[in-house]
Amino acid sequence: MLGYIIQRLIQSGFVMLAMSALVFVGVYAIGNPIDVLISPDATQDIREATIRHYGLDQPLWQQYLAFLGRLLQGDLGRSFVLNIPVLQLVLSRLPATLELALASVLIGAFVGIPLGIYAGYRPESPVSKTIMAVSVLGFSVPTFWVGLILILTFAVNLDWLPAGDRGETVEIFGVGWSFLTWDGLRFLALPALNLCLFKLAMLIRLSRAGTREIMLSDTVKFARAAGLSDFTILRRHVLRLISIPLVTVFGLEFGSTLAFAVVTETIFSWPGVGKLIIDSITSLDRPVMVGYLILVAFLFVTINLVVDLTYALLDPRLRRGRRV
Amino acid sequence: MSKALLQVRDLRTHFETRAGTIKAVDGISFTLERGEILGLVGESGSGKSVTGFSLIGLLDAPGRIAGGSVLFDRQELVGLSQSEMRKLRGKRIAMIFQDPAATLNPVLTIGQQMAMAVQAHGGGGDGAALALAARSLSRVGIPDAAARLNAYPHEFSGGMRQRVAIAIALLHEPELIIADEPTTALDVSIQAQILAEMKMLAQGSGTALIWISHDLAIVSSLADRVIVLYLGRIVEYGPVRDVLRAPLHPYTRGLLDSLPALAAPGQKLMQIPGSTPSPLNVPPGCPFAPRCSHATELCRSEPPGVGDERHGAFCHHPLNASGGPNA
Ligand SMILES: Nc1ncnc2c1ncn2[C@@H]1O[C@H](COP(=O)(O)OP(=O)(O)OP(=O)(O)O)[C@@H](O)[C@H]1O
Ligand code: SF4
Ligand SMILES: [Mg+2]
Repeated sequence: MLGYIIQRLIQSGFVMLAMSALVFVGVYAIGNPIDVLISPDATQDIREATIRHYGLDQPLWQQYLAFLGRLLQGDLGRSFVLNIPVLQLVLSRLPATLELALASVLIGAFVGIPLGIYAGYRPESPVSKTIMAVSVLGFSVPTFWVGLILILTFAVNLDWLPAGDRGETVEIFGVGWSFLTWDGLRFLALPALNLCLFKLAMLIRLSRAGTREIMLSDTVKFARAAGLSDFTILRRHVLRLISIPLVTVFGLEFGSTLAFAVVTETIFSWPGVGKLIIDSITSLDRPVMVGYLILVAFLFVTINLVVDLTYALLDPRLRRGRRV
Repeated sequence: MSKALLQVRDLRTHFETRAGTIKAVDGISFTLERGEILGLVGESGSGKSVTGFSLIGLLDAPGRIAGGSVLFDRQELVGLSQSEMRKLRGKRIAMIFQDPAATLNPVLTIGQQMAMAVQAHGGGGDGAALALAARSLSRVGIPDAAARLNAYPHEFSGGMRQRVAIAIALLHEPELIIADEPTTALDVSIQAQILAEMKMLAQGSGTALIWISHDLAIVSSLADRVIVLYLGRIVEYGPVRDVLRAPLHPYTRGLLDSLPALAAPGQKLMQIPGSTPSPLNVPPGCPFAPRCSHATELCRSEPPGVGDERHGAFCHHPLNASGGPNA
């Protein structure tokens, strides 16, 4: 197990290295970075100072090494627009996205998996057919549209829930979290609901497909032959067996929601990284884009690592086994 | 009133499919005494597994029992509710399957799976359940049983895995175990070991056994009586010795002639000509007629009846001792 972890850590290191090279080439080496780094009407002196400061007179590989070196020290440069360190900027926005993404995948999992298991267990029942119809909606209706409908219904017409910004937050480790206050939860509700629909639909479909397959397997037949009740079979056998593919999807969805909650964050003016990246693209704030890409890559790699380790926890066959 | 453990009368199990009704079990009757071992033999698709699943109430959709009666210890099982049936399953009637790699859950320990099977019928706390599990594992010859409870199925060899499945079936000392080809997936030497052990265990505990197999040789070493199935119907039944020594039905004869283990040295192995017809399209009269070298007009029009109580065949022209047809 320890060997496996070390092996996966080394792999993750290589993935990050490759990602940093890609980002470097994509953002620093293509086109003339000077044009981006300083305004066109800067004086010649400033131009040269900047070139020297960023090492742009050096060969490409040296530039890359310098970039890597700064990266390892957590130096992602400064935002052109806000003139604060990119790392600080992204990290200040990350908790908002993190809790939004986590809330939406958790709702998706806790609601979607039981519904999906039921739909797979009783595929012909009217309840299951309703569940599946709803899941088709979750897939096919665009997120922004649902978001607008949610705002119109719950915020504008009914005036039950706020739509926009984060509400009251509680400071932990120097960053604000809204899920710890009632007010914060109210602000979180609509965007999380909006963001969770797709995940909900996907987890319903996956759990249903897995359950249907496993219900026909010899494992379930044998468990039934031993007199286990269907509820026990679903809870102990089926849930465990489908959790392996579900963890993968859960991880991927969590990662991509962190990175691309853009639409929802924009609609609900949620001050997360999705909104930050949109703002930085419109203002051509390259260091922020670079920092964001590197952080997203880092998050993906970390999530994948956690998923793989969870795999090993869930599936004993991936751990080293003895044979008799 | 008979005191037989199991009395099956005219059991019919049908699958309604889009292509038509498959009569997987088409009017089977037999009885089984306590502690008796009955072999159920036939080619693939003859309805052996469906018979077993019908008895224990675990038919896959769209299968259903279309008629007949199954009396288990004088209790009618046909039409019993799922929850009543569940109370019998594992407790008084157990079943083991062909492939232990597929029946055991790969992500749960043996102990977890066995404890669930114990607790499905009361069984008390985890400690007591695991103690019972360990005893059952020792009984089927798994060394160091208590420690092995923490192992996962993939940590066992194929033969050991099937022993675990047998140990699960034995947990509640059922009166009847239905074994659906449980040794087919195993090496020949392990197969023999497990057969011998099963026979001893069944005799020791007075458990009746229905042993399903396509291999007459296996059944001959194990069973007291044998039933030969063809297209969901019984074609021959009787004590194993009699059926092997003097088969009455041409199909049984054909099965025996195709067995390497039972053929005289130097004798050529025979194959039954033709193949089993589609279960959707069972010939009228004797279902074996298209493949039978003794078939007559009568065979093709009239379904054959049966002769003797003890050893009989559903055949218009049962074979005599020398292997030829009677007049
Ligand atoms: N779920 C099902 N749906 C439709 N038909 C089925 C189903 N299960 C079994 N049957 C049909 O029932 C018949 C008997 O099948 P069964 O599995 O009992 O055969 P078997 O004697 O056990 O064969 P094998 O040696 O291959 O296990 C076959 O014709 C099969 O097509
Ligand atoms: S009834 Fe006729 S066709 Fe059928 S097995 Fe007997 S001899 Fe052959
Ligand atoms: Mg079978």
